[in-house]
Amino acid sequence: MEYETVIGLEVHAQLLTDSKIFCGCSTKFGAAPNSHTCPICLGMPGVLPVLNRKVVEYTIKMGLATNCRINPEDVFARKNYFYPDLPKGYQISQFDRPLAEDGWVDIEIDGKKKRIGIIRIHMEEDAGKLVHDETSPFSYVDFNRTGVPLIEIVSRPDIRSPEEATFYLRRLHEILVYLEICDGNMEEGSFRCDANVSIRPGGAAEFGTRTELKNMNSFRNVQRALEYEVKRQQYVVEGGGKVAQETRLWDDAQGTTLSMRGKEEAHDYRYFPDPDLVPVAIDNAWIEEVRATLPELPMEKRERFIGEYGIPAYDAGVLTATRALAEFYEETVKLTGKPKIASNWVMGDVLRYLNEEKRDIRESPVKPSSLADMINLIERGTISGKMAKEVFEEMYRSGKGPEAIIEEKGLVQITDEDALKKTIEQVLAANPSEAEQYRSGKQKLFGFFVGQVMKATGGKANPAMVNDILKKILSGR
Amino acid sequence: MAAGLHESTIHELQEKLRRGDVTASEITEAVFSRIEAVDGRIKSFITIMRDSAAACARRADEAIRAGKAGPLTGIPIAVKDIMCTKGVRTTCGSRILENFFPPYDATVVRKLKEGGAVIVGKTNMDEFAMGSSTETSFYGITRNPWDLGRIPGGSSGGSAAAVAAGECIASLGSDTGGSIRQPASLCGVVGMKPTYGRVSRYGLIAFASSLDQIGPFTRDAEDCAILLNAICGYDPLDSTSVPVETPDYRSFVGKDIKGWKFGVPREYLIEGIDPEVAGLMEESIGVLESLGAERVDISLPHTEYCVAVYYVIAPAEASSNLARYDGVKYGYRSPDARDLIEMYRKSRSEGFGAEVKRRIMIGTYALSSGYYDAYYKKASQVRTLIKRDFEEAFRKCDVIVTPTAPTAAFRIGEKTDDPLQMYLSDIFTISANLAGIPGISTPCGYTGKGLPVGLQLLAGHFQEGKLIQAASALERNAKFEKRRPAL
Repeated sequence: MEYETVIGLEVHAQLLTDSKIFCGCSTKFGAAPNSHTCPICLGMPGVLPVLNRKVVEYTIKMGLATNCRINPEDVFARKNYFYPDLPKGYQISQFDRPLAEDGWVDIEIDGKKKRIGIIRIHMEEDAGKLVHDETSPFSYVDFNRTGVPLIEIVSRPDIRSPEEATFYLRRLHEILVYLEICDGNMEEGSFRCDANVSIRPGGAAEFGTRTELKNMNSFRNVQRALEYEVKRQQYVVEGGGKVAQETRLWDDAQGTTLSMRGKEEAHDYRYFPDPDLVPVAIDNAWIEEVRATLPELPMEKRERFIGEYGIPAYDAGVLTATRALAEFYEETVKLTGKPKIASNWVMGDVLRYLNEEKRDIRESPVKPSSLADMINLIERGTISGKMAKEVFEEMYRSGKGPEAIIEEKGLVQITDEDALKKTIEQVLAANPSEAEQYRSGKQKLFGFFVGQVMKATGGKANPAMVNDILKKILSGR
Repeated sequence: MAAGLHESTIHELQEKLRRGDVTASEITEAVFSRIEAVDGRIKSFITIMRDSAAACARRADEAIRAGKAGPLTGIPIAVKDIMCTKGVRTTCGSRILENFFPPYDATVVRKLKEGGAVIVGKTNMDEFAMGSSTETSFYGITRNPWDLGRIPGGSSGGSAAAVAAGECIASLGSDTGGSIRQPASLCGVVGMKPTYGRVSRYGLIAFASSLDQIGPFTRDAEDCAILLNAICGYDPLDSTSVPVETPDYRSFVGKDIKGWKFGVPREYLIEGIDPEVAGLMEESIGVLESLGAERVDISLPHTEYCVAVYYVIAPAEASSNLARYDGVKYGYRSPDARDLIEMYRKSRSEGFGAEVKRRIMIGTYALSSGYYDAYYKKASQVRTLIKRDFEEAFRKCDVIVTPTAPTAAFRIGEKTDDPLQMYLSDIFTISANLAGIPGISTPCGYTGKGLPVGLQLLAGHFQEGKLIQAASALERNAKFEKRRPAL
């Protein structure tokens, strides 16, 4: 039987605020355990949360960027459950009055667009971390992460394959990073994803029983886990069984999902409005103020690059991967007027050198202005494309401008027609038998003469001019 | 009979300190002598802060000499053990916080210290403020100074008894459903629950966050105004504190109330009110009328639902607020747990008393999936109706008058086996917490057995000034002779 896969994703993104959501502690990752804590985030008796307004602003940003409605009155709710990493015994989150609702993002697979609905985006606080020491009978708790602001983005069950799921995730990821509200680091847990998966016979109107997958900490693992889980559910159904409603953990090493808890053990979170916090009022003026700060989003930028610069979709995709890279490219285009050549250089040498050293585009020793200077030198014929490769490498290593390098290395291309003619005549004179053979029809030897000319000029001869002059002389014109 | 230093009011002592008739150290010494003499019988305190108080009194004397005295400089004040005090054990009346030493002061405690007050100790209370008699404390019961066989009221029983017995000059309590006003009534002192949001809750250990409010216990209305002045105001650490202007409450003392309308809600004249209590209320209304005020009949139609609404909302919030006491980070951890679940279960079973557990269970149930709509949500909706009742009522009157509690102090153990009877002792006070309005209990006489009775006055949001004004008018024109407990 043909099955249809139905997937909905819950994404948690840590917001890049300096301080935590309800106290003044730092959100910096990697500090000594419990050094970024205070009575408030430790949930000591009598302390009260005070909302960090930046969190609201960042969440409005994400809501607008994903076409959501921003609710004018947002309520924080308590999600009650016991766990040692949750110091208050409840997490401050949002329940029936989230900040943003009813949005969407478009994904594009093989040129086909698909719209994935977003049910809601809400604000909440992160929990701490348990540290287990296998050699000791104790476990430890690190509360540094407790109270770091999170947004949870809940998709509609519109996703129909593991591949679509990863495309959707990448889309959310790039939007968050573009908005500069999340660093998107999956390894450090700043961007996390849980998935609800079910299968149903093709054409069925009802959803099948779903399982919830957790513990997938990379795009690749999300796809692998979903692929595994879809197959597992098919296997269960085809074996005459029923999929159990449960939470399953992805085991990266085994490449499987394992049951963590069943429906019976599911928490009753007993949500209710947090009486310690007043509702957040968001008026239109605030929304418009935030809207004015929104950058051009990756999808729009991609389409504009294709239309405005006439570059292939592939190039546009690579160049808009981050805002900084797109800015680097656009700056280069502005200074050269050569979009495709600029694209080749940025996607080629610039990214290759940076990737080798795992450096970010913002750390590139070659700035758009120098790259543009170099491209312009090629265009003017001062250096050849081949020489440019050498010049670029030197620019990257030394941070110097192209002119200085060309001068130092004496790399200027020979474009003087008389000088080239003279060299060519010398080459022909030195190889009379080859010249004879060429004239009698052995056209293949043309390349040999070009090579000899380049060799005689130390590679500095302008190749196009060499071609022209050589043809003229050999044909006796 | 001339009052001893420990029996004086704040304003009397201010005057004496100003004139140099007495030093802060002498006052503090007098208070500690009194504590030594009577606290063995009353047990107002869980923690007595003799050394730090003496040091504080010396600093107060220096400040007075330097001409830098504030309104509370050198005044011995007791604080309910529900408010965090930096470096001083804060138990909330519970075993679960037996060894909890907060690394921070509650905002009100900070304000007292900054105002020069001498904090004498932490007073006994019902565990987590859940009770009306101070009998649920893990640290033993507090006795009513007027009759040691009776309860002082609760949950702020220690703070009320300490003021009544002269073990401090004034004190702070907290009021979630009547926990300041009811013990004030039963101990014959003035007690005020301010408007929700008037006083910061930062550092007040939460029972029911949407109802809790800190307020003063004092010997008269003027002292109430002085202490309220010191603790009120917006606090950036409490999102529910309200940034509105705070008047000088002392300026309302002694102003006349001619032409005021006093509303008597007909729903409050219920069966179960002790006839003596009802009679004393009538006598007070007579005094108000003699001062040119008018009695008006008003209605608060949703009164009958107040207790039910309260006993859904307060336990629901409490069940969540008390989840943090899990044995992981601070407080009591059962020594013989073998795994995480057992650690939670044993620590909480052994750390909490019966009344607290009862309310955690009620609250957990009320918030549970499938019951939320019928209980918590419905209660919240009725709460809105109760608020509206008061808005309507305050269109017809300036201040509402009711008894504070249906009876005078009852006997120790009389209601401990009957939680419902115990809950009904807050029947007149709960509505003010649900509506968020301020209320005061001021003494209005004595029963035939010589037990004090209080009158409750309620006003609209942020109208504490009116309560001070009315209470001070009643006090100055009272038809009864003021007494002191014979200890």
